[in-house]
Amino acid sequence: MKYELVAGFETHVELATNTKIFCSCTTQFGGEPNTHCCPICIGLPGTLPKLNARVVEYAIRAGLATNCEIAEISKMDRKNYCYPDLPKAYQISQYDMPLCKNGFIQLSNGRKIRILRIHIEEDAGKLVHSHGSTLVDYNRGGVPLIEIVTEPDFRSVDEAKEYVERLQLIMRYIGVSDAKMQEGSMRCDVNISVRPEGSDKLGTRTEIKNMNSITFIAKAMEYEFNRQVDLIESGEKVIQETLRYDDVSNTTSSMRGKEDANDYRYFRDPDLVTIHVSGERIEEIRTSLPELPDKKLERYINDLELPEKDAQLLVKYKKVADFFEKAINGIKTPKTAANFIIGQIFRYVENENEKEAFNIKVSAESLNELIKLLDNGKIRMNLAKTTLDKMLETGQKPSELLSESDMAGLDENTFLSLCQQAVDANPKAVADFKNGKEKAIKSIVGFVMKNSRGKADAVAAENKIKEIISQ
Amino acid sequence: MSESKIARLHAMLQNKEISCTELTQAYLDAIEKDNAALNAYVTATPETALNTAKAVDEKIAKGESLHLLEGIPMTLKDNISTNGIRTTCCSKILEDYVPIYDASVWKILKSRNAVLLGKTNMDEFAMGSSCETSYFGGAKNPHSISHVAGGSSGGVASAVGGNLAVYGLGSDTGGSIRQPASFCGIVGLKPTYGAVSRFGLIAYASSFDQIGPITATVEDTAIVFDAVSEYDTMDSTSQGRKGEPVCNTLKNDIKGMKIGIAKEYFDGVREDVKQAVEQAIRVYQSLGAEIVYFDLPALKYALPVYYILACAEASSNLGRYDGIRYGYKADSYSDVNDMIKKTRSNGFGEEVKRRILLGTYVLSSGYYDAYYKKAQNLRGTIVKAFKNAFESCDVILAPTVPMTAFENGHAVSDPVETYLTDICTVPVNICGLPAVSVPCGCDAKGLPIGMQLIGNNFSESKILNAAWQYENAANLFKPTDFGVKL
Repeated sequence: MKYELVAGFETHVELATNTKIFCSCTTQFGGEPNTHCCPICIGLPGTLPKLNARVVEYAIRAGLATNCEIAEISKMDRKNYCYPDLPKAYQISQYDMPLCKNGFIQLSNGRKIRILRIHIEEDAGKLVHSHGSTLVDYNRGGVPLIEIVTEPDFRSVDEAKEYVERLQLIMRYIGVSDAKMQEGSMRCDVNISVRPEGSDKLGTRTEIKNMNSITFIAKAMEYEFNRQVDLIESGEKVIQETLRYDDVSNTTSSMRGKEDANDYRYFRDPDLVTIHVSGERIEEIRTSLPELPDKKLERYINDLELPEKDAQLLVKYKKVADFFEKAINGIKTPKTAANFIIGQIFRYVENENEKEAFNIKVSAESLNELIKLLDNGKIRMNLAKTTLDKMLETGQKPSELLSESDMAGLDENTFLSLCQQAVDANPKAVADFKNGKEKAIKSIVGFVMKNSRGKADAVAAENKIKEIISQ
Repeated sequence: MSESKIARLHAMLQNKEISCTELTQAYLDAIEKDNAALNAYVTATPETALNTAKAVDEKIAKGESLHLLEGIPMTLKDNISTNGIRTTCCSKILEDYVPIYDASVWKILKSRNAVLLGKTNMDEFAMGSSCETSYFGGAKNPHSISHVAGGSSGGVASAVGGNLAVYGLGSDTGGSIRQPASFCGIVGLKPTYGAVSRFGLIAYASSFDQIGPITATVEDTAIVFDAVSEYDTMDSTSQGRKGEPVCNTLKNDIKGMKIGIAKEYFDGVREDVKQAVEQAIRVYQSLGAEIVYFDLPALKYALPVYYILACAEASSNLGRYDGIRYGYKADSYSDVNDMIKKTRSNGFGEEVKRRILLGTYVLSSGYYDAYYKKAQNLRGTIVKAFKNAFESCDVILAPTVPMTAFENGHAVSDPVETYLTDICTVPVNICGLPAVSVPCGCDAKGLPIGMQLIGNNFSESKILNAAWQYENAANLFKPTDFGVKL
């Protein structure tokens, strides 16, 4: 029998606000243990939370960017459980009135992954195990999170991978999170079940936690899919449980113990007032959203006429796309800019992280200047390329690297005289060419290029040289 | 005419009839002498007090004018956080806990050079009606030390009634300011929810808790309330006082004021208490107030609603006492869960554990709808009933407690019976309304009887105006044998 995978995602995204969700401590990653803390975020007796308005705004941005309805009225609830990293013994979260609901993210195959809800909550601290004892670092406690919950709409691992990539990109585009899985600023839990293909009933699901990269998510899902199919095929039952993924052995194992029948005793947090967001404010936030990756891709392909592959490479990194758009300001040949970025600049930012950060010495304005020189015929492509390399090394502007004569172009007389000189100076190559060695012409052209400091048009030079030789 | 003790002492300081240091020392000496009998204070702070007094004396010497509360010796209930001064909630679990920040109310008073004499006794985590659930033993009634001061703010009431402080701040979750004020023959105000910041008040039940003054006279209550009812950005539920200072209208004529009487408030009330309140009604009639009678059947839900919701919130609020970050920690344990279990089992007293268990139960899945949710709905019903009542009257007059102070040891022996004695005080906490308890007589044993005036939200000025007029007309203040005689 063939089986179908059914999966849903719960994704926690750390919001990039400067301060924590209920106090004014910094949200900065790292720091000496327990230095990013105050009486409020370590829950000292008598302290009260105060909701950071920026957190609500960021969550609404995330909701709008994923096509959610935004609730004009919502509230905060307490999720009660006891664990040393949770200083109040409850997490302030949202239970039955989330800030955003009923959204979706559309995949490239046209399928829509429905988003059930997005709610805001506080992160917990971290246990640190050292020298046989366990310590608690509360620096992360109170860092704002959004939890994005999808419907069980995934039917393949590829869909899951694409969803995570898209979600990550959207979060970065709208500036609410750096969404780095390795650093834990984006964390995915996957609910997964299998069923015979064609069935519309849901099988028993398991939940996989602890996957810190898209690759591991894919591997864990594949492993878990096969494990469940094997169980069913051999007449056994899938047990509903929470599993931990081990990326070394590439297996999942039960996390029972922490999980056994938690009753969170949710109730409204009496310390926080109702969250009111006016329709007007929601529209204001909607207007302030930047162009989202999907729309940008469409525009690059349709309006800028970039090849789809190039467009994708540019859109994939927010800073690259921003750079590209500044670089093509007032330029009729966006393709040239795309080529420079993908072909030349990307060699200086090789891995994903570097592309994401896009720390290069060249400013978009400088690239723009260079492309304009090229488009106006002041310089030729070869010179543009070598200049860009120098720019990437030194951070200098084209105007600092190119002399007056470099940019003066080449007048017809000089060109003709250079071609004649080239023929005169290379009798051997001329002879070879006449004897049918086509390639010999290249070194003659090279003479022209070299002596014109790259300003000559190589094709025109070749034609002129052939003309001279045949006379 | 009814006078303000704070205003009188203020004038004495300002006129140099007494120095602040002398005044403070008199109170410190009295505490030294009488606290053994009253057990009002659990922590004395003579150094803090004398340092402040010195600063005030310097101001006086320079001829600067003082704020009314400046240099006046006072106390705080031991659930109000004081930076550097231990704040125990009278629980073993916080016996050695020293806060690293000030509660907002204390910040305000400190900035006015209030002279803090010490922290006062209370029922453990404010859970109790007799002060006897305190880890340090109960505070005694200054009118008869074989009787309790009441609770939970028993220490403040005992100190103010016993002249071991001019005034104090308590907290009222289900009557914890008004009931001990009533038992000790003094004045206690539970302000409107949100009028006074809760920041730094160690929570019992967050949607009910409210800090308020306990004082010798109504005018003193008005002065202290005006000082502490500031909007506070640190408390999301804070609104501050609405309108002008209540002192401005305190002594207004109350001719034509409509005073409402709901017969349900008198069900099960002891005969002598009933008669004392009825006598007060006649005083109001003589002052030209109009008496309006109406029914308030929703009152019968008040006690179960209060105990379900307050315990639910408490079970969550008290989850943080796990021995990990501060406070008491069990001596020996096998692992972290065992440590938390033992810490909580040994650190909390019986009443606190009872309420945590009750609260956990009513929030548990399977019971949530039958208890917590139902109680929330009924809370709405009670709120509506009071809203309706205030359409036909300005203030409601009712007994504060159905009886007078319990004998020592009586309350702890039967918790359910003791819960029932909160019947008259809990409704306003459910609704967030302000209410002030004022003395209105004594029983045959000479124990004070109290009555309360309940107002609509943010109408402290009205209830205090009515209370002052009564106090002034009835003149029932009964002195005790303890403390400073000034």
